[in-house]
Amino acid sequence: MTPLRPNGQPCTRAESCVIACADTWRGAGEIMASPFGTIPSLGARLAKSTFAPDLVLTDGEAALMVGAPPITTGPADVVREAAMPYRSVFDVVWSGRRHIMMMASQIDRSGNQNISAIGDHRHPDVQLIGVRGAPGNSVNHPTSYWVPDHSVRSFVEHVDVVSGVGYARAAAAGAGATRFHDVRRVVSNLGVFDFDTPDRSMRVRSYHPGVSVDEIVRATSFTLSIPDDVQETRAPTAAELQLLRTVLDPGSLRDRDVKR
Amino acid sequence: MADKRTTVDDIVAELRSGMTIGIGGWGSRRKPMALIRALCRSDLRDLTLVAYGGPDVGLLCATGKVKKVVCAFVTLDSIALDPHWRAARQEGRVDVMELDEGMFFQGLQAAAWRVPFLPTRAGLGSDVLTVNPDLRLVRSPYGADSPYVDDPSDAHVELVAMPALRLDAAVVHTNRADTAGNGQILGPDPFFDPLFLGAAERRFLTTERIVENGRLTDEGPLSAVVIHRMLTDGVAETPGGAHFTANPPDYGRDESFQKEYAGSAGDPAGWGAFSLRYIDVTEDEYQARVAQRRSS
Repeated sequence: MTPLRPNGQPCTRAESCVIACADTWRGAGEIMASPFGTIPSLGARLAKSTFAPDLVLTDGEAALMVGAPPITTGPADVVREAAMPYRSVFDVVWSGRRHIMMMASQIDRSGNQNISAIGDHRHPDVQLIGVRGAPGNSVNHPTSYWVPDHSVRSFVEHVDVVSGVGYARAAAAGAGATRFHDVRRVVSNLGVFDFDTPDRSMRVRSYHPGVSVDEIVRATSFTLSIPDDVQETRAPTAAELQLLRTVLDPGSLRDRDVKR
Repeated sequence: MADKRTTVDDIVAELRSGMTIGIGGWGSRRKPMALIRALCRSDLRDLTLVAYGGPDVGLLCATGKVKKVVCAFVTLDSIALDPHWRAARQEGRVDVMELDEGMFFQGLQAAAWRVPFLPTRAGLGSDVLTVNPDLRLVRSPYGADSPYVDDPSDAHVELVAMPALRLDAAVVHTNRADTAGNGQILGPDPFFDPLFLGAAERRFLTTERIVENGRLTDEGPLSAVVIHRMLTDGVAETPGGAHFTANPPDYGRDESFQKEYAGSAGDPAGWGAFSLRYIDVTEDEYQARVAQRRSS
């Protein structure tokens, strides 16, 4: 699918998602970008290669790496600039010098994320990976989410187990939770969302090329805020597209991460 | 100086049913698997495991040794979720104290520093506090008039009081160790292994190779000797003892074996065959079968 774009280069859905992820790190400065999943990883590498050169990326193991090598580069083949064992990662998390993009099995209107369990936590219908670092991440530094399968099952009214903390829950928990809380964006395979509304509920920020706002509404279990002037997700520049296709992801792993 | 050399079987003999046991490593990386296999074969039961969970947790759940797991995740890294853990949870066979990864770190740190808790923002607002109703908040004694408060939102702020995670015993696996119980980690990340030992009453290393005291610098840099002998009570040599988890630079993860392990979940016949071949055997037989599997 390569629709012709009036405002830039024709691109696939996966490429729109990569651009949307990359833009979450625009202007971030010298902080750690921690992307989970192929599309966010490509977005972070694209951002570092172009408009956010000071970003800090890990090799997925225990080091910070120089530059933004192709997505398939293993830890053995990257040029390393500093050590970053897990224990040091917490120093970064709690210092706030980080913007993570985690995945979400469920996300709700207030920005709560669930990666722990579906159903009753005591006896789950489906055990997921566990809360991981989501509770701490979400109250310490900017946090965004990537949802590759936007549907009424992933965009829910209330998540089953609050792992990453959303706006209402942070507010209820008090200043300890709100001081550094910043759920920045949600990128799905259909569009981009933020919480720039008076009640900090989820808003459509843009829809990807080839997607209608109606389609997003039908795939969402709760009422989204929809601005009158909602825009299409920006198209990549020719240079970005070339970088993505020929350098960062020549094997098109990005297309496996997005089903439609 | 004490010679702390021991065996995996002697370590297991020091453990008791109902104990809280910390396990080093992270996910499917540098786990003390020879010790885990010995625990699977033992008569121990009702264990509480404290771990950045991987196949250590999955195997012990699958063999019915576990009452409760304290963790933030249970992953096989290249396979997102350990299916044996998933099955144990969905069938209601184990309890869980699910924590944020950083809270877990602070719990070990509090135990190692002998304080009852450490304050943290991590957990505030999340269901970690609702699914663990015993967790408490603590209010900062420093108000807006204190010289130590530079932002008004920190005045008398409420934080999570992460309790000390005290361990009856801890086991970690290192690349090298010496006879006195110093441990050397030659891979890229020591994870939280020194803290697990610091938080525990009885502290054990398993290792690829034991050298004489003072000779670890022949094996790698001194800065890699992150476990000193005040943190250890016994050290057992178990070549291949982290298999099938990753233990660089000695060996990587055995992905093919891990797939076989994962594939045996949720299938009684498959699990029976796996168990017969790889669990109901001595460590020497296990290593021989792994070598045979690799060559076939």
